[in-house]
Formats: sequence, C-alpha cells, structure tokens
Amino acid sequence: MVAVTMMVDGVACSDEVEPRLLLAHYLRDRLGRVGTPIGCDTTNCGACTVLLDGESVKSCSVLAVQAHGAAITTIQGLAGDGAWHPLQRAFHDNHGLQCGYCTPGMILAAVDLLRRNPDPTEEEIRIGLEGNLCRCTGYVNIVRSVRAAALEMRESATSGVGR
Amino acid sequence: MTELLAPPSDVDTGHEIGRARRRKEDAKLVHGQTMWTDNITVPGMAHFALLRSPMAHARITAIDVSGARALPGVIAAFSGADLVEQLGSLPTAWPVTPEMVSPPHPPLAVDEVRYVGDAVAVVVARDRYAAADALEAISVDYDPLPAVVDLEAALADGAPLVHADAGTNRCFVWPFSGGDYEAARAAAEVVVARRFVQQRLLPTAMEPRAVVVAPVAASGEFTVYSATQIPHVLRVMLALTTGISEQKIRVIAPDVGGGFGSKLDVYAEEVIGLILARTLGRPVKWTESRSEGYQATIHGRGQIQDIEIAAKRDGTILGLKVDLLADMGAYLQLVTAGVPLLGAFMYPAIYKMDAYSFTCTGVFTTKTPTDAYRGAGRPEATYAVERIVDELAHELGRDPVDLRRQNWIRHEEFPYTTIAGLTYDSGNYEAATAKALALFDYDGLRAEQAARRARNDPVQLGIGVSTFTEMCGLAPSRVLGSLSYGAGGWEAAGVRVLPTGKVEVVTGSSAHGQGHETAWSQIAADLLGVPFEDVEVIHGDTQSSPKGMDTYGSRSLVVGGIALHLAAGKVVDKARRIAAHLLEASVDDVQFEKGTFSVKGSPEAKLTIQEVALATFAAHNLPDGMEPSLDSDAVFDPENFSYPHGTHLCAVEVDTETGRPTIRSYVCVDDVGSVINPLIVEGQVHGGLAQGIAQALYEEAVYDDDGNLVTGTMADYLVPSAADLPNFVTDRTETPATSNPLGVKGVGEAGTIASTPAVINAIVDALRPFGVDDMAMPATPERVWRALHGGRQGGVGDGGAR
Repeated sequence: MVAVTMMVDGVACSDEVEPRLLLAHYLRDRLGRVGTPIGCDTTNCGACTVLLDGESVKSCSVLAVQAHGAAITTIQGLAGDGAWHPLQRAFHDNHGLQCGYCTPGMILAAVDLLRRNPDPTEEEIRIGLEGNLCRCTGYVNIVRSVRAAALEMRESATSGVGR
Repeated sequence: MTELLAPPSDVDTGHEIGRARRRKEDAKLVHGQTMWTDNITVPGMAHFALLRSPMAHARITAIDVSGARALPGVIAAFSGADLVEQLGSLPTAWPVTPEMVSPPHPPLAVDEVRYVGDAVAVVVARDRYAAADALEAISVDYDPLPAVVDLEAALADGAPLVHADAGTNRCFVWPFSGGDYEAARAAAEVVVARRFVQQRLLPTAMEPRAVVVAPVAASGEFTVYSATQIPHVLRVMLALTTGISEQKIRVIAPDVGGGFGSKLDVYAEEVIGLILARTLGRPVKWTESRSEGYQATIHGRGQIQDIEIAAKRDGTILGLKVDLLADMGAYLQLVTAGVPLLGAFMYPAIYKMDAYSFTCTGVFTTKTPTDAYRGAGRPEATYAVERIVDELAHELGRDPVDLRRQNWIRHEEFPYTTIAGLTYDSGNYEAATAKALALFDYDGLRAEQAARRARNDPVQLGIGVSTFTEMCGLAPSRVLGSLSYGAGGWEAAGVRVLPTGKVEVVTGSSAHGQGHETAWSQIAADLLGVPFEDVEVIHGDTQSSPKGMDTYGSRSLVVGGIALHLAAGKVVDKARRIAAHLLEASVDDVQFEKGTFSVKGSPEAKLTIQEVALATFAAHNLPDGMEPSLDSDAVFDPENFSYPHGTHLCAVEVDTETGRPTIRSYVCVDDVGSVINPLIVEGQVHGGLAQGIAQALYEEAVYDDDGNLVTGTMADYLVPSAADLPNFVTDRTETPATSNPLGVKGVGEAGTIASTPAVINAIVDALRPFGVDDMAMPATPERVWRALHGGRQGGVGDGGAR
C-alpha cells in the first residue's frame, strides 16, 4: 500500500492505496465520486476524463499514486454548488447529449480544449475531441455546444463578467 | 464541409407538442449526478467476475476452482457444473418456426464452450480487483473442437457441428412470398443479381453492461438493478428462468447509458447475479469491461444476402427475390432468430411490384450470439434493396432517383398494401425527395461529377441515393402472435394527478437516452393543460411502473406515447364530470381548454384542473358514485405498424490515389409523421446517421479462422470519433400517421436504416468509370484502393458474416 494525498473537487483526500489502483477506480470506488464513468479498458473512449492540475487526462490511464499531490477536477466539481459551467449550459442548450454517459468526459476534454484554444474552428473542435467517443449524438450537436460555450466564455472574459 | 447550423430554437407556440423543449434529463447528466448501475453500492455488496473461454469451441475436460477459493478476499467460486441446476437455460422468445433448433443455453458452460467469451466459472470477492485476480487461479482443461466460422461452410455436408445433439447447424428455414416470382422473372427483360455481406457489428453503447442484485434472503425477495432496456421483460424472464416467483423480483433500470438493442436481452450475468445473491445471501455486482463486453454482449447484423431484381427494360420493377443466410452465433438470445424476419417484410420497401420471394436460413456458428442492433433486420433489407435498385438503374442507364420515382408508391395511392402484405398508412415520397434534392443541389453535384470524370480528376465524386421506409412501432400483438413471437406489443401508461395539481406520468417505456421524460411531459402538459414543469415522468422500475413492454424498435412514442394520450384523456373525462358537478352544470355543457373547465354560455363559471384536483383530493363534494381520484391508466395495442420514410443523399469524394473516401455532404429529409419535439427528433436522426455511416465506412467485428474475435477491444474496433464524421443537413416533411391519434411514426432507427446504402451507393457511383460495381463494407481506403486496381468490389470482408 502507498499513501496518496490529492485535492479532489476542492476536498483534500488522503488514502492508502494499492500501487496498481487506477485513478478512475479511486475516484469511484474509494471516494464515491461516481460522476466520472468508465466506458472502456483501452483508453479509447474518454468517458473517464478528468482535469489533473487543469489538464485533461483519462483517469483510467492514470494510477492513483501518479496523482499524488495533484488537484483533480471531476464533472461534479467543475462548477460551484448548483451552478452551471458555460459548457454544461451549452451542452443542454444545443442538445449535445442523449444518454449522457460520455458527457462528463466530453465536457472536461472541451474545458481543456478551450483553455488551449479559446476560439477553435469546427475542424479544430472535431480533432480536439478525437479522444472522446459518443455513440448517441453523431457529434454535430457536441460541436455546436463547444462553439456556443467558446463564444460565451470569450464574451464573458472580455466583459469581465462570469467565470 | 457543410456549414454548421444552429439547432431548432424553442419557440412558444401556445402548445407543448411541437416545441423544441430543452431536455429535462440534462441537468443531472451534465453535472455527473447520475445513477448508472455501476454507481450503485449496497451494504455488504460483493463483486463477481467471470472466467471466459479463450477458445471458440472446445470440450471442458476438467475444471478446478479451488485455487480461487483459497485466495484472500474471495468469498466463493463456482464452475458451471456447480450451479447447473439453479441457472437453468437462458430464454429465447422467438421460435420463428415450429421446427426451429433451439439448443439449451446455460449461463455458465458445463461440458462445452461454443464461442470465445462463453463463461465457464464465476468468482465472488470483496472487491473487483480481487475477483479479477482470482480468475487466474482457476484451472480449466479444454479439448479443442473445430471452430465454425463461415456461414456457407457451416451448412455443407459433414461440417463440424456447433451443437452436436442438434445434428445440424441449420437453426431454421423461413420462407415467405407474395405473388409469383418465377412468373415475374420469366416476364422480365432485365435481371440484376448481387451478393451483399452485412458484416457483424459491435453495438457499443457507451455504458458497458452491469448488474447489481440485492436480496432479502429471509423473505426471498430480490432487487435487480441492471443496465437494461427492458426491465419489465427481464423481470418475467428471470422468474421463468430461475423459478423465483415473479412478485418476489423487482427490476430497476436506473440511468442507462444507451442500448441500441444490445441491452434488449436477458443475459447470463443477470441470471448468475440473481442465483449468486440467493446462494450467498448477500448483494453482488458485476460490471463488464469493454473488451469483455465485445465478447459477451450481443453482436449485430451478420448476414449474407443474395438478391435478384427483375424488371422491364422501361424500368418497371416486376419482382424481387432474396435468399438470406443469417448468423445466429452460438446460441439464441432473446430475439436472435426473429431479427431477419423484421427485415423480411421490408425488402420491397417503397416500390410497387408483382412478386416477392424471400427465404431466410438461420445458421449456428461458434461466435458471439447476434441479436437486435439499431434497426434489427430493416437496415440489412434497406441496404440490399437500395443497392440493387442503384445497380438496376446503372444497367438501364437511368438516373437512380428517376428510376425510384417510376416505381415508388405515389402519395395519392396510400393506404397501400405492399407485395409483402404490409399496409402503409401514409407517406409522401415525392415531397421528401423533392426537398432533399433541392437541399443537396443534386443537379449541381451531377454536373461537377461529370466534369471531374471528364478531366480524370484524381479525386472523383460519387452521389448516393437511399429512399427508405421502415416498419416500426413494434408492434400489433396479433401480428407478433402470427409470427410466433412469445409476447405482445402493447404498452402501458398511467397519469396520477396529485392534490396540488402536479402530475406524475407512469410509463412502461424504458428510456436510456432518448428523452422520454421531456417528450412525455410535453404530451401530458398539452393534453391536461398543466405547465410542462409540473409533470414528472416515472419509468424503469417494476415497482413504480409495474406494467410495460419497454423500449426498442422505435416503439416508445408510437405505442407508449399513445397509451399516455389515452390515459390523459381518461383523466380529463373524470375531471370534467367533477367540474360539472361543482359548477352545477351538465357534463355536456362543460368544455375543457388549456387546463380550464368552463360552462358554455357562462364564461365566469370555470375551474382549473388544479382546482378540480384539490377538490377531488378533499372528496367533500363529488358526484354520487364517483371515486375520489382522477388517476387513470391505459394500455395501447396498435392496429398497425408505423412507416416513417425519407430520402437520404450522400456525396462522397474518393481519392483514387489513396483509396480514401470522404463524405463531402450528407442531406436527409425524413418523414416521421407528426413531431412532439423537433430537437429530439433531430438528435435521433444525427445519432442514427453516425451508426449507419459507421457500418459503411468503419466498423467490422472480425473473426479469424479459429473463431477468435480479432477486433476485441475498442483499440481494434473503429467506433468513429468527431473527427471521422461530417456535418449533416437534416430536414423533415410531415405526413401524419393515420394509425394513431398523435400522428406519430417513430424516429429511433431511421437514420441508421437509411444511411448505410446512401454512402456505399455514393462510393460505387464514384468508381463506376473504373469498372467497379460493388463495394464490401466497411469501405476502408484499402478496399477502395483494391477495387480501383482490379478487384471488382475490394474483396469481401474476411471477418464478418462469411
């Protein structure tokens, strides 16, 4: 067993874990942060994407011990209590989800995409989200959602209002 | 790439039906406040894991689970032989012929394994890691038997048998005909024949399957949580399979992350979980890994289609003949044998003809069982007919749209009974096609195609047409009975009016991403005149929504939505009687509009439905003999299927140097009848298109000669990403169904059914000048390149249905 300490959605967590424990399983099975789902075992689908110190990672391909000392943001901690991140709002407004299983990972991957590129073209969004699979939407509405959120985030950054 | 347009905006029209309401379901989903089955933890819960066969076909000569039992954290371990009496045989609900071979299907194999992934032993442990570790301590000796992979070889004399006791790999032969095909063929001036291969597909709902069973051991009660589309069907089937009394089983489908037919089944793990919970007296959980699911969750498609079309030189279609081999896999799951029958009625599609001959042979192989995958039989049928009509057009030197127009049922001919015996209630193929051609700029693209051909452009352009219809809204119970299906096709709904005037809708439909909570709220709000926000939809739990036939076959709105319509009508009837009593008026004089009862001629005498609800709750002053309740239930059994249709047009650029096909534009105009929520309809079409295009371009479950699933992980099986798919231009025409009071037809499968032939027709069209007249799926760059360099169709797929 190895001691790990990390911030998860703003809460400090310390645990003894097996070295092989995946971050995804640590979040789900040990911390009960089940908002982060698991969709595959080969790091292809991206459903389990979280932010590790602000960068998107697939939590099924990170060991819990590798996240020692890091700050993890899951979909449950993306916005404050009861609040909506612009991407969460945009996915709702643009019907960017159906079953919703890929949605946490898709939104967190998009957060990282917009951090690196606040005004992506449609093509850049499609390529930027290549590591996140959705089986319901055909992606058109996901692209719409990310474009809409990017516009809103740029406007609120310019006006100094909002997040 | 086509310009990205905004989604339908939500305009307040004064009616809920037809509004592009944003979905009620979304808030919890975008915040991760979800209840997927794998999220569920019950105190004392153990995890189980299954040891699966690494061989396609083998006799189990020895199995020893004692090594697993000895490991720390392991609670129990069982072989198939240990549990054989309790586990019984998994059910199949569709004996398509009286002679159908229906072999026993033990949830844990006992003597013989018949596909890679067939489970042979189970371990129960304190956590999922310990359970997985312990599988390695189980020893199994296998005596290999020959794999049966190829469908035609499986039917040859002396072929090795999947089920030796059956004496054959032939599961059934199902013939069907209308008119005299041989006469039609004799009268024909042109006959075109092709063999098409429907490769196997892996449905790949994003949420893997999972099951949790929580027992109350002392009273023999069980709560089964499962990632299923069919909680109601599952409950009765679990009772019938295990002998546990039905009333002691409660099935809950919590949040379910997609299904596409793959969760329309009764699976080994559900039965094993139930028996383990009973045997051990403690809750158990199983969650499949994706790679495990690719072996253990049903596959789709898997057919070889020999199709022949007979026509006159003037283009008049005379007849169609189809000989189908359908890959059952190793066992029959819930509706495995019936899937090709759902296609049998659809080969004549939108075309008038004199004769139709169909024969389907079901074939056992040592592969994962097949079953319903989005469209289930109808995509295969649509593909074959839309491909062969294009080939006929080429043979006759006709424009493919023009030839279709000559032969399709004209809008004034509805209702029309097809050569397959279905009566299409309504449709307007002319309108949908005209709209699609305009949006697509068909003439402009044809001109560009001609120019590219003339200048030998290395990038050639092809145009693909697919004018589809489907039968959906499964299904009239009497029709299902005539096809030997083991159940009916009705659906149930209830409306409960609470004392405060808020409304609970109880539905037997079981949503897993479709948006029923939103759409059902719109229907109830309109019919009851209450705010959309005041409606809550209850589903997916046999305790709170006790009656239902669940969600598949584009049936929820067309059957379940109508049940809701009927139940809401009963509520209004009851409320009208109470309102009349309170307003001291005759029932006949009380009118109901937008949630208010008023007396004709006395506009000031009125009561809202909320006021009636409160008065009913108080029950101080009700008509004599009237129960103090507005609550109402209804069960709807449709008279007919519904028949959505549409015209799909695809433009593909093919790089003749690399073979890479790229979709340049995709336009579809669907007619799904009246629409409750255009936002949801558009989303369903988008997702359907993605899956149909994926069959055409990307996906194939490949087996090698030894029966190993080569594409056994998501790294090997190409589920397309955003970067692999184009934008879609979608539009609609609305020809209301005449078979139900909402005029709706269903939309869940349309995009998948229509799109695959549109894409392949486009690729073949691009390659015509090179002598190519067919293209195997998926049309990978390699296959296209090989076709360009002399292989007529790029080689038949070497892993799917052979």
